[in-house]
Amino acid sequence: MVNGKKLYVSASPHLRSTVTTRRIMLDVILALVPALIASAVLFGPRTLMVTAVSVATAILSEFAARKIMKRNMTIGDLSAIVTGMLVAFNLPATIPLWIAAVGSFFAIVVVKQFFGGIGQNFANPAIVARIVLLLSFGAQMTNWVEPFSWKTTPVTGATPLAQLAAGETPSASLLQMFLGEHGGCLGETCAAALLLGGLYLLMRRVISPIIPCSYIGTVAVLMLIKGHGDLQFVAYELLSGGLLLGAIFMATDYSTSPLNSKARLIFGIGCGLLTCLMRLFASMAEGVSFAILIMNLLVPYLERMTAPKPFGTPKKEKKEKKEAAQA
Amino acid sequence: MAEKKVSLGKEFTKGLIKENPVLRLVLGTCPTLAVSTSIVNALGMGVSAMIVLICSNIVISLLRKIIPSKVRIPVYIVIIASFVTIVQMLVKAFVPALDAALGVYLPLIVVNCIILGRAEAFAGKHAVIASAVDGVGMGVGFTLALCCMAAIREVLGAGTFLAGAQDLLVLFGDNVLGGFNGFTLIKEGSALSPMTVFILAPGGFFTFGLLMACANRIAESRGKPKAELKGCEACPMAGSCSIRADGGACEDGKEEASA
Repeated sequence: MVNGKKLYVSASPHLRSTVTTRRIMLDVILALVPALIASAVLFGPRTLMVTAVSVATAILSEFAARKIMKRNMTIGDLSAIVTGMLVAFNLPATIPLWIAAVGSFFAIVVVKQFFGGIGQNFANPAIVARIVLLLSFGAQMTNWVEPFSWKTTPVTGATPLAQLAAGETPSASLLQMFLGEHGGCLGETCAAALLLGGLYLLMRRVISPIIPCSYIGTVAVLMLIKGHGDLQFVAYELLSGGLLLGAIFMATDYSTSPLNSKARLIFGIGCGLLTCLMRLFASMAEGVSFAILIMNLLVPYLERMTAPKPFGTPKKEKKEKKEAAQA
Repeated sequence: MAEKKVSLGKEFTKGLIKENPVLRLVLGTCPTLAVSTSIVNALGMGVSAMIVLICSNIVISLLRKIIPSKVRIPVYIVIIASFVTIVQMLVKAFVPALDAALGVYLPLIVVNCIILGRAEAFAGKHAVIASAVDGVGMGVGFTLALCCMAAIREVLGAGTFLAGAQDLLVLFGDNVLGGFNGFTLIKEGSALSPMTVFILAPGGFFTFGLLMACANRIAESRGKPKAELKGCEACPMAGSCSIRADGGACEDGKEEASA
């Protein structure tokens, strides 16, 4: 019955997904484009320059690091471009270009390549780069300009988050907040563009909704408690700072977020909790980057804590407890 | 504890890279991270620790047959503490600026793992001259590692090189070398500014990790077996490990040779 030619024996896997790293990264880049356009409109063409420098440095560093370490070339997977764009999105528009380059270099070489390249890094490269730059160049990293002021003379101004921390109502209206008409890092202000990118990633199934939803949800709930039910306060908190950028694009990074849904839920809630704690009680106005970094470090433990039970195996703990009780 | 024949040259050079106390044995990490923010501080710390290390190695080696092995650790500590007190008084008297800069880390040399570690692993088992040479080698290795770290951290983090050199040069009189007090590489108000993070703790860890990787690379390229693969063979303490000398291995449940 069985024809020798039709019997085909091979090792698994027998079905291969068409999803490649390159396709995922391309999707993320596409999802970041609306925010990039928004930043260019809001803060002027200089943002494109900052992004270009950041991306170029990221690619060059990745190329040089792989060459020097004699590893196979991974530029083709486009992940360096994503990292470069995210680093740029975390900088204010006025940043000196060399600082953007330092940030990208640090993200790619120290955080990513020293630990083995894509998939091996323990923390999100862009997040660490942002924190390193913030600790190193505090003045340059918090030099915010008012939107549209690039057309005449750049005017520096406070971010809504700083105003919230000082107990004031931000000078921008909620609609302005949603459209990004307020001071901040170049990629984080326009909530509409970020949500558009997030929706695209969800539709393409590049990211799962668990982390962004639990992250943003936790912040919303905690801020609702803090504001004694003041919905306007909650909306301002959600739309200001790097929350949306962090929740949609940085906390969902594949190599630094958990794999299973339960761990992802804890991861998101943890990020939200830490972000709120830092925003409300720390000396800094923003805590998103630190929150994500801390949760990045906890990912291995979350994974171990929530490891699923193999199908058909007995429940270990209860049995042990019973035996202990009997003895 | 039979005394092995040792070559003095080897005892000295092993401390530089192959068994560098900071970068290969990972001892004395606390002063390393705390003090290596400027080269001058690092040099002062390194030399102070080296003096204590050499003296305590010599004395412990002299007394090694008298010290009962059950109370050897307290005895070592007393010996080390005496020398630290002497060094601290000397530093206070002759280089007061250094004493102010090093602060609590100078008296803390007492509990520096390198010194106790060498007493336990080497001086307690070897003859006086070998122990002294071991102290010199380890001391130079410690100072070198500190200075390498400090050079990277100071240049990147503060934009200076050898800043405050007069603090140390005061030993040789006032205004030696024309009052040389270090170079300022990044001037204030220029387009570049130093990366402050390298002066802070995270930058210390970055630099530490980097130098450790370099030291491992150099040590391995000289035919040392890979650290992760060969168990006891690869352990930098293997030469002086007491568990190994008794024919055992330290891998079952225990950490590497205690320090």
